[in-house]
Amino acid sequence: MLRIENLSAWYGEAQVLREVSLEVAAGEVVTLVGRNGAGKSTLLRSVMGLHSGQRGTVTLDGRDITRLPAYQRARAGLGWVPDDRGAYATLTVTENLTLPPRVGPDPWSLDRIYAAFPALHTRRDSPATLLSGGEQQMLALARVLRMGARLLLCDEPTEGLSPLLVRQVGDLLREAKRHGVTVLLVEQNLHFATGVADRHYLLAEGRVAAAMDNSEVRSRERELLAYLGI
Amino acid sequence: MSGFLQNTFNGLVGGAFYALLALGLAVIFGMLRVVNFAHGAFYMLGAFGAYVLLAEAGVPFWAALVIMPLALGLLGMALERAVIHRLARLDPLYNFLFTFGLTLILQDLVKSRYGVQSSPYATPAELSGTVDFGLFDFPTYRVFILGFTVLLCVAVWWVLGRTRIGTVVRAATERPELTRAFGIDVGRWVTPVFGFGIALAGLAGVLAAPMRAVNPLMGADLIIVVFAVVVIGGLGSIFGSVAAGFGIGLVQAWGEAYLSDFPIVSQTVVFVVMAAVLLWRPAGLFGREEAPA
Repeated sequence: MLRIENLSAWYGEAQVLREVSLEVAAGEVVTLVGRNGAGKSTLLRSVMGLHSGQRGTVTLDGRDITRLPAYQRARAGLGWVPDDRGAYATLTVTENLTLPPRVGPDPWSLDRIYAAFPALHTRRDSPATLLSGGEQQMLALARVLRMGARLLLCDEPTEGLSPLLVRQVGDLLREAKRHGVTVLLVEQNLHFATGVADRHYLLAEGRVAAAMDNSEVRSRERELLAYLGI
Repeated sequence: MSGFLQNTFNGLVGGAFYALLALGLAVIFGMLRVVNFAHGAFYMLGAFGAYVLLAEAGVPFWAALVIMPLALGLLGMALERAVIHRLARLDPLYNFLFTFGLTLILQDLVKSRYGVQSSPYATPAELSGTVDFGLFDFPTYRVFILGFTVLLCVAVWWVLGRTRIGTVVRAATERPELTRAFGIDVGRWVTPVFGFGIALAGLAGVLAAPMRAVNPLMGADLIIVVFAVVVIGGLGSIFGSVAAGFGIGLVQAWGEAYLSDFPIVSQTVVFVVMAAVLLWRPAGLFGREEAPA
């Protein structure tokens, strides 16, 4: 579904991605793991079209989207779940959810979202930034499901969340996967990653250092945790 | 007592002009991050346009009230497409200098054709006379300005706060890049929003024509205070700009009435208020610190 070929990216003079190539098949959940500064977020931003200063190609369902602006990539089916959760202070919870246009064949309805997340329903007319961190994360995920996005790009959706909320995020991603949604996520929590994902890419200094499946991550867990410095 | 009410009413009428101009500046700044120094010049063009339409073509006030905002709004949109949009990618200083230079050009173009003396513009017949409020009489035209402006501000607030267009404009104002990532072509909204801000300035100009001296520098005199109003309200804050507009109108009217023995104080009171507000709240009364991009 998503194919990244020889993607390089720079911040000014500093090169953050070096000829990264990877693939995500339709219906897969794939994680990017790696130390801080390994280029994981830059990779997601490049796929979304939010990073200028890059070389290489990104194709979605065989269509080259490398030159498309971000808004057209979103309309092509990419769902953006940013690391800061992207809650708008000047929009209510409902407005946050309904801001993106519907783009996919199987969008979640507002009723379904509110049934799944009663906390969002209770605060539906309040500014979204009044939600707790966990509720803002649910809002960010629910927003792209309501779009009907087919490929979610999630930047550390479990960061800073309590174990209970981490489990909720996992449940939501698994449910999305059951409905055929594809996910590429940046994740530091290896337990969470092996619980929701099919495959993993280890990024190191802007390169793909290893491609692993769940059993490989579990068997190398101690080594990986030491490497990631967690 | 009736003197105080009279001063208060005049302050609100003066504040209505500040509110209309500051509102336009605020929507433009919010969406484009451009401080439009030419805003006063478009206000002047609105008033002058109404004058020229009446004097040379016999077009009445009510028609000018529709024609001038539309014409200037379109001119603003063309300007945004042709120049401002291109300069917006560069240092903010470029649009700063461009709109400032444009102000001088527009002022001198009008000056070279019509001179610097003020031109009279008659109050429309329907709005001449006074309204009796019991304790005091007010000129009907001023009552009209106040009512019309309040209605317009409420309408803008409703559109921005309660409609789909408003949701998109608020989102694009708060986080332009994030909003693009949600499938919204933010660039498409920039031109009409700029045109709308300019149209409001033109509208304020037409409203000012029967009340204020119509001359090429009328915008330059007013815009300095409007910038203070925008800063007090909070850059880019819609509600803040309107509230601060009326507030500063009041402060100015009271200052002129009760501090008339100290002209230096009454003329600078707006800037004293601005300095005090900035010391207390650096982002303005209703402004928020910039969110990270």
